[in-house]
Amino acid sequence: MIRTAPRPGGPAVAVRVAGLQVIRSGRKVLHDLSFGVIRGSVTGLIGPSGCGKTTLMRAIVGVQLVHGGSIDVLGHPAGSRPLRRLIGYSTQEPAVYADLTVAENLRYFGRVLTAPRSDIGRVLGELGLDDVRDQIAGRLSGGQLHRASLAVALLGSPELLVLDEPTVGLDPVLRRDLWDLFHRLAAGGLTLVVSSHVMDEAARCDRLILMRDGEILADDTPAGLRATTGTSELDDAFLRLIDARDGAVA
Amino acid sequence: MSIKITLATTARILGQLRHDHRTVGLLVGVPSVLMILLRYVINNPVVFDRFGPMLLGVFPFVVMFVVTSVGTLRERSTGTLERLMTTPMAKLDLLAGYALAFGLTALVQVAVVATISLTWLGLNLTGPLWALLTVAVLDALLGMALGLFASAFARTEFQAVQFMPALVLPQAVLSGLVVSRGQMSAFLHALSDAMPMSYAVEAMQQVTIYPAVTGTLRRDLAIIAGCTLLSLGMGAATLRRRTP
Repeated sequence: MIRTAPRPGGPAVAVRVAGLQVIRSGRKVLHDLSFGVIRGSVTGLIGPSGCGKTTLMRAIVGVQLVHGGSIDVLGHPAGSRPLRRLIGYSTQEPAVYADLTVAENLRYFGRVLTAPRSDIGRVLGELGLDDVRDQIAGRLSGGQLHRASLAVALLGSPELLVLDEPTVGLDPVLRRDLWDLFHRLAAGGLTLVVSSHVMDEAARCDRLILMRDGEILADDTPAGLRATTGTSELDDAFLRLIDARDGAVA
Repeated sequence: MSIKITLATTARILGQLRHDHRTVGLLVGVPSVLMILLRYVINNPVVFDRFGPMLLGVFPFVVMFVVTSVGTLRERSTGTLERLMTTPMAKLDLLAGYALAFGLTALVQVAVVATISLTWLGLNLTGPLWALLTVAVLDALLGMALGLFASAFARTEFQAVQFMPALVLPQAVLSGLVVSRGQMSAFLHALSDAMPMSYAVEAMQQVTIYPAVTGTLRRDLAIIAGCTLLSLGMGAATLRRRTP
C-alpha cells in the first residue's frame, strides 16, 4: 500500500485549534477550545453524546459556521481550498447514495476527488467490503453501510482523516480490524481524529481529548491520563475529572 | 469549476435513475398516459392541436420540479451534500451536473410523449419540431432550477412535495392554459406576466400556430432561459459550504 508520507518540513501539528467558539441556535456548543493534534497520531475525541464532538469535527473539516477562534489544518485555515483534497471525512450517519451500489458510490466520490481508479479496490479491501461491492447501498446491513461511508473517506490520498463514531454498530471483530487499520494508516504518516462515546475505544488511541458540555476536560495520552488521575480504568479517570471540575465550579 | 466533476455528477444522477425503474417509468409513462387521455377526452383534432403542445411544455416543468426538489433535499438530509462540500467540488459543478442530468432526462421524456402525440394521437404541429423540443427542455430546466431553490426551504420530503402545488399550480392557472391571458383582468394579467410558466405556454402556442420561428418565440425562449439562470443562481446561494 502506497501512501503519501507527510510533507517533510510540514508542521508536526496537523490541526491547531485556538479559542474556538461555536454557537448553535443561541446556545454555546463549544466554549473557547484550544488544542493541537499531532501528525501521524490517532487522536480520540471522547465524551458523551451531545458534548460537542460532532460540531468540533465539522469545524475542523470546514463545514461548521464558527463564531470565534481559529483552526489551522495542515498549515491552512480550516475549510480553505487546498484542504479539500487532503481531508477524508466520515459523518456519524452514513453519507452515501442509498440508491447506488457500493462500487458506484466509490467511483463517484473517487472521480470528484480525482483519485485513481485503483483506489476503489484498495478501500473495498481495507474495509472488508469486497463481497458487497455490487450491492445497492440501501440494502446493506447497518454495519456494512457504515463501512461503505467510511470507505469514501479513505479514497484519494488524504493526510487527515476525521471520522465521527466510525465503529458504532460494528461487531467486535470488525471493530478490532478497523482500529488496526487506523494504526496502520497512522504509521504510514496519516493523522486521524476519531470520535467515540465508548471508553474501551479510548484506550486504543495515541492521544485522548476528553470532552464534556463543549469543554475539554483533558488532553493527554491514555497512560498519562491514568497516571494523573491515579486510576487504572479510563472510565474512572473520566469520572474523576468530571468530579474535579464540578468541585472546582462549586 | 471542473468539467470532470460536473460530468461525474451527471453520470451519478443518471445512475441513480437507472436503478430506479419505477421512477423512470413514471417520468415517461405519466405524461404519455395523460396526453392519450386528453386526446380522447377532447376528441376534437383542432382543440387537441391547441392544448396538446402546451401540456408538452408543462409536464417536464412539473415533473423536474418534484424530482429535483426531493433529490436535493435528500442530498442535504443524508449528509452527501455536506460530504461533497468538503471535496474540491464547486457549487456550480453540482448545479451543472443536475442540470445536465435532468435536461437529458427531460429530452427523453419529451421525445417519447411527442412521438406518441405526433403519430398515434395525430397531433398537428405547424412549427418546427426542434423548437418544440427546445421549449420543452428549457421548461424542464426551469422546473429543475426552481425545485432546487425550493428544496432549501423544505425540511422534509413531505414539505418538498407540497411545494409543487404551491408554486406550480398558481402559475398553471395564470399561464393561459385554462383561460386565455387576454381575457384576464388587468391585475391577473400583470401577475401572469410575472410568472415564468406563462412564457412557456406562450412559446408552445407559437410553435403550434406559426410555421417559422417568430420574434415572440425567441423572446419567450430568452425569458425562460433567463428565469432558469436566475433560479439556478438563487439555488446556488442556498448551497452553503458552512452551515450552522
